[in-house]
Amino acid sequence: MSEPGERPGFGFYRPGSESTTRSSEPDRPVEDAETDDNPPPVLANGAELDLSADEAWKQVDETLARLDAELVGLTHVKRRVREIAALLLVNRARQQFGLESSRPTLHMSFSGAPGTGKTTVALRMAEMLHALGYIRKPKVHTVTRDDLVGQFIGHTAPKTKEAIGRAAGGVLFIDEAYYLHRPENERDYGQEVIEILLQEMESERTSLVVVFAGYPDRMDKFFSANPGLSSRVPHHIAFDDYTHDELTQIADLMVAAENFRFDGAARRAFSEYLALRMEQPRFSNARSVRNAVERCRLRQAKRLIELDRPLTKDDLITITEKDVYGSSIFDAPESQTEEAGTDEDSD
Amino acid sequence: MYLHHGAFSYLPELTDDEIAAQVRYALLKGWPVSIEYTDDPHPRNMYWEMWGLPMFDLDEPDGVLTEVNDCRATFPNHYIRVLAYDASLGRQTTALHFLVQRPKNEPGFVLDRTERVDRRQGYSVRSYATAAPAGDRYPQS
Repeated sequence: MSEPGERPGFGFYRPGSESTTRSSEPDRPVEDAETDDNPPPVLANGAELDLSADEAWKQVDETLARLDAELVGLTHVKRRVREIAALLLVNRARQQFGLESSRPTLHMSFSGAPGTGKTTVALRMAEMLHALGYIRKPKVHTVTRDDLVGQFIGHTAPKTKEAIGRAAGGVLFIDEAYYLHRPENERDYGQEVIEILLQEMESERTSLVVVFAGYPDRMDKFFSANPGLSSRVPHHIAFDDYTHDELTQIADLMVAAENFRFDGAARRAFSEYLALRMEQPRFSNARSVRNAVERCRLRQAKRLIELDRPLTKDDLITITEKDVYGSSIFDAPESQTEEAGTDEDSD
Repeated sequence: MYLHHGAFSYLPELTDDEIAAQVRYALLKGWPVSIEYTDDPHPRNMYWEMWGLPMFDLDEPDGVLTEVNDCRATFPNHYIRVLAYDASLGRQTTALHFLVQRPKNEPGFVLDRTERVDRRQGYSVRSYATAAPAGDRYPQS
């Protein structure tokens, strides 16, 4: 029940009323504007095309800049993302010259240790592909084994199709994809999911990009057990572990994003903390850094309460050395089990 | 006899792209879409068989189109319609429904006259197709 003035023309497209359609679909891909009514004229053989004049180029540039700003390191991943952007951009240019070529397949696999930014890259990738008109919406639908595999015979196919339907026109992000394949159980329904996904990935009309994500060693095993799947995923992107320097940078970014800051001594202390933490089992890169920062905030809050005096703004935003050294990792290096059990994240 | 049922029934049959556009309109409005089929075209037959469950949380019509095509493959000679349900308070009813498939051969309806008390005439409408048992009404020929 909409207000009369809210949707002139009942939300239908009317030639000439540009604002109507734009407001009902705020984030249409740039390409739609061209394909709607009259396709752009095919350029002559001798014509020259300035790629940077492409409408999509600016959006892609923005997304790539954000990727650079948000994610520290990961040079290999960033290079691959740039390559994919370039490929699609050149494809658009080729279309403007009337050169027909098949739609590139962009199904991907992201393999990397926990906390290396796989999900974030998937989000940015979706934005970029949408800007280039490869997918219809900049949305990532994240699923795990639970969302795809059914509990009884005949339950799996509808569940998987439902997930595919929800992700349609966007990115289907399958987290911990190797759980789909259970070699120890021959009658596991996971195999059925893989078959349906393959069928979907094969079809020419699909506008779905499937991303398989997981930890590197198990992903390798998963793909070697499903050669058909592996051959249909042209982009295997490996996410390397962060180095100590990169983790320190990440911590600075995180702290700044929360409107805090380390003082000089605290930064040194945190880098010491990271060195110790990286040695320990179950270290999950950026996620561990986030948890450590959270606990620093906790100790800072406790310290401020115990100061028992009026606080300044400076007090509230500064994390000092004491807040970092409060971590149990410093006082009991030999009793690692306690650290892992009580203080640390358990993934 | 060409059955006019639901929205757009006086227009030429919708193509798949047009169906997708209509479904997208419903999804943009926030109406979950479902698919139903029947082989009893009587105008008072409003509860058709459901093809699967209503599809919630979609925002692109691809999933609906797949289901429509599955339904067409299973029932190539039935009536199939797409419904959009508006669940908002005050409406809570079907907001849009339209046919996406009809049998190749539609025999039409017969008008039955019955004589009731005091020689009054009663009228009823019956589809020729429903003379055959359900499932055999529109043989594939």
